[in-house]
Amino acid sequence: MTLTFALAAIIFVAAAAFWVARQRAAALRAHGRLHSLPVYHGLHAALWAAVPALILLAAWAPVQTRLVDSVVMATPEGQALPADAMQRSTILQEAREIGSGQREVGFYPESATLAPHFGAAEARYSIIGGLLAISLALLGAVLAVRRTATAFRARTAVERWMMGLLTAASLIAILTTLGILLSLMFESLRFFSMVPPADFLFGTHWSPQTAIRADQAGSSGAFGSIPLFWGTVFIGAIIAMIVAIPLGLMSAIFLTQYAHQRVRAWMKPLLEILAGVPTVVYGYFAALTVAPMVRDLGIAIGITNSSSESALAAGLVMGIMIIPFVSSMADDSIAAVPQAMRDGSLAMGATTSETIRKVILPAALPGVVGGILLAVSRAIGETMIVVMAAGLAANLTANPFASVTTVTTQIVQLLTGDQEFDSAKTLAAFALGLVLFIITLVLNLIALTFVRRYREAYE
Amino acid sequence: MSSAALATSASRESRWTDGSMDGVVRRRYRAERRFRYIGFAAVALSALFLAFLLVTMAWRGLSGFTATEAAVTIDFPRSDLLLDPAALRGPQSQEAIARAQFEGVLSQAAAQQFGAGAEELFGGGGLRSLGRQLVDDPDLLSKRATLWLPVASRVDVAAKGEGTADNERLVEMLEQRDSLRRALNLNFLTASDATDATAAGVWGALKGSFLTIVVTMILAFPIGVLAALYLEEFAPRNRWTDAIEVSINNLAAVPSIIFGLLGLAVFLNVMHLPRSAPLVGGLTLALMTMPVIVIAGRNAITSVPPSIRDAALGVGASKMQVVFHHVLPLALPGILTGTIIGMARALGETAPLLMIGMRAFIATPPGGIADPATALPVQIFLWSDEVDRGFVEKTSAAIIVLLIFMLMMNGLAIYMRNRFERRW
Repeated sequence: MTLTFALAAIIFVAAAAFWVARQRAAALRAHGRLHSLPVYHGLHAALWAAVPALILLAAWAPVQTRLVDSVVMATPEGQALPADAMQRSTILQEAREIGSGQREVGFYPESATLAPHFGAAEARYSIIGGLLAISLALLGAVLAVRRTATAFRARTAVERWMMGLLTAASLIAILTTLGILLSLMFESLRFFSMVPPADFLFGTHWSPQTAIRADQAGSSGAFGSIPLFWGTVFIGAIIAMIVAIPLGLMSAIFLTQYAHQRVRAWMKPLLEILAGVPTVVYGYFAALTVAPMVRDLGIAIGITNSSSESALAAGLVMGIMIIPFVSSMADDSIAAVPQAMRDGSLAMGATTSETIRKVILPAALPGVVGGILLAVSRAIGETMIVVMAAGLAANLTANPFASVTTVTTQIVQLLTGDQEFDSAKTLAAFALGLVLFIITLVLNLIALTFVRRYREAYE
Repeated sequence: MSSAALATSASRESRWTDGSMDGVVRRRYRAERRFRYIGFAAVALSALFLAFLLVTMAWRGLSGFTATEAAVTIDFPRSDLLLDPAALRGPQSQEAIARAQFEGVLSQAAAQQFGAGAEELFGGGGLRSLGRQLVDDPDLLSKRATLWLPVASRVDVAAKGEGTADNERLVEMLEQRDSLRRALNLNFLTASDATDATAAGVWGALKGSFLTIVVTMILAFPIGVLAALYLEEFAPRNRWTDAIEVSINNLAAVPSIIFGLLGLAVFLNVMHLPRSAPLVGGLTLALMTMPVIVIAGRNAITSVPPSIRDAALGVGASKMQVVFHHVLPLALPGILTGTIIGMARALGETAPLLMIGMRAFIATPPGGIADPATALPVQIFLWSDEVDRGFVEKTSAAIIVLLIFMLMMNGLAIYMRNRFERRW
């Protein structure tokens, strides 16, 4: 509430500063030639009013949390909290949520007594923060408006601001990457302090449920992730690719080399639609339609333990999902092969298919391989299809009709239960996420280098 | 002499002329045709998959837009319903409806008319519909009226041919008495999630999706465009720029669930933003969509010819003016196309939203970006997990709604690309 008001006030101050500065600059025109147009004077004032105040407001949020915590801890009720750090932070979290109206009752009775303190302290400090930000906005506006003069280079100043904004925007990408790495690493380190990394990376037994009980915390092998990674590779990199690579590659070849212009104009958007279908739809399709078919097929050919959550069903549908991706990557690579190579081969008397197989494909191979690696990276990170169609049992099997589980399925399973956040079970999800991130990162980097080298070779 | 000529011509009678090459050529042409057919088959198969997927969903889902209704006669003055008609006319009508005990009245009426075993003919959907009809016409309370009400989910499933034996018998009996009909279920588009399949609808999820996408758009579009402009027009070639480029290209290919983990760890556990809120969902999806917009934006910006920049610089524009007055407007259609495609992807995204807790059962549509909400894809996932058979067609019907939105957005992107994108 206070935040909304402060934001509105800052925007109002900035708008007012813009208008005043522009009017002043326009009035100055009578006294001589302006260096910058009045609108730049206005923008300059508005930027000085808005940006520092907004930054202060954003920086105030963590400061406020700290201050509120220390105030609440100083109250008699706060002093009476249990000494155990984990329990205390849980109670504080509950009290904070009750105080801000996000929930009605907490699990701990202490949180209810603390909640009013939180409410009061939050209100006080958010008003202080809001007032600080608004006064900073006013200060910036007044100082900037006072600088309006004929010789003042407002345009240069505005452009310097814009340059800063542009740089900041592009830094967000790096910050996101860093944020992913740091948050995953931080939680994974906590996980590895409970479970040795070697057990996690090389263990072949996965059953996270057994580690809930305190006396079993040391039971080794419960967090062995090999079956999960095997399941991921089996579904995403083997079965899905067996479907997607031939279909995608041949579709691209047909559409670029053989198809009539009109057919191409229709088929390409159609394949793009296939790529645009949400994965949850594919997942539902796999679970409801494909999985029973695959199970019946398995029983028909004599596999009695054929599962209704088979790896084959999930892999097939994932392959279908990847077809347009492979096809468009191959399309790009084939289109980049110089026409002279094609013409040369055809002039020697080769048929079109011979040209494609012996000249175009070998020339386009690095690009195609790069595209396939990107497709694999996408398939092993795909979540909804496997959550809905693949199983939960961590089997180490190569039978496509059996049920296997994947990394992403387990991450969803671990984090959507009712576990408290600090247990090894929930932290394991972050460790799995870290390994998944590193694998896809390496695949992406290799693939991008392939594609870039290839493009440079023919440009 | 003639014999010598004959000899040379005989020696020229090579494998190219004696017909032995014909076989080879024929074989090569056969291979050519075969290759071509395989290519055609691949395209046709992909298209068939798409058709199969869409037809299956449509076929299963269309019945989700209909509801089975049964006619029941209720003698309101004689029933033990404590409801004042005046309360229904006032502003507190919704509360009066919520307080009234419809269950007993309905099951009594149903049992009286259709015999024992029909007590649970009506479920949550029937109660809501009865409440709405009473608000529309409070005079009903003073008379004996026959009303068409949607039946409970298990009866609905039986009427659509997939129910248990006793429900099938009930349906048969109702049909013999002409008190069963199919009607359009607009409730599905206006209601929110409910425990009873006949009362469940997608409105709350749609609103949650909409709020999430708006937050994503507000954050990802400006940041993405500014970053693309910086990288294409201003960035010096150095290690920093390379690091930015690599991380953007990589982020575009990072699995979406990783962004969910980031959102959980940073937005919920560190920044203590409200759980299950469209605000957090939008922030997470914005981080995911931003690289897509940057890449599309860079492609659109590079395709603006340098002569335009040179011309603007030549008449005295500053670098910043060149970019914002000339390059950006010309590149905007391309950037918007990429943005719409990125938004469509964000709209269909499920996994990151599961991670940040947008999977709770929420029966009221969210009022703002800080309220607990769910999104349409997550709703589909939640319904697909329900045991009740009645949710099968609801899931497919929700998928139809989602697909219509996706097709509209993708169609808009393709249209914009064809209409506005300029070839220089």
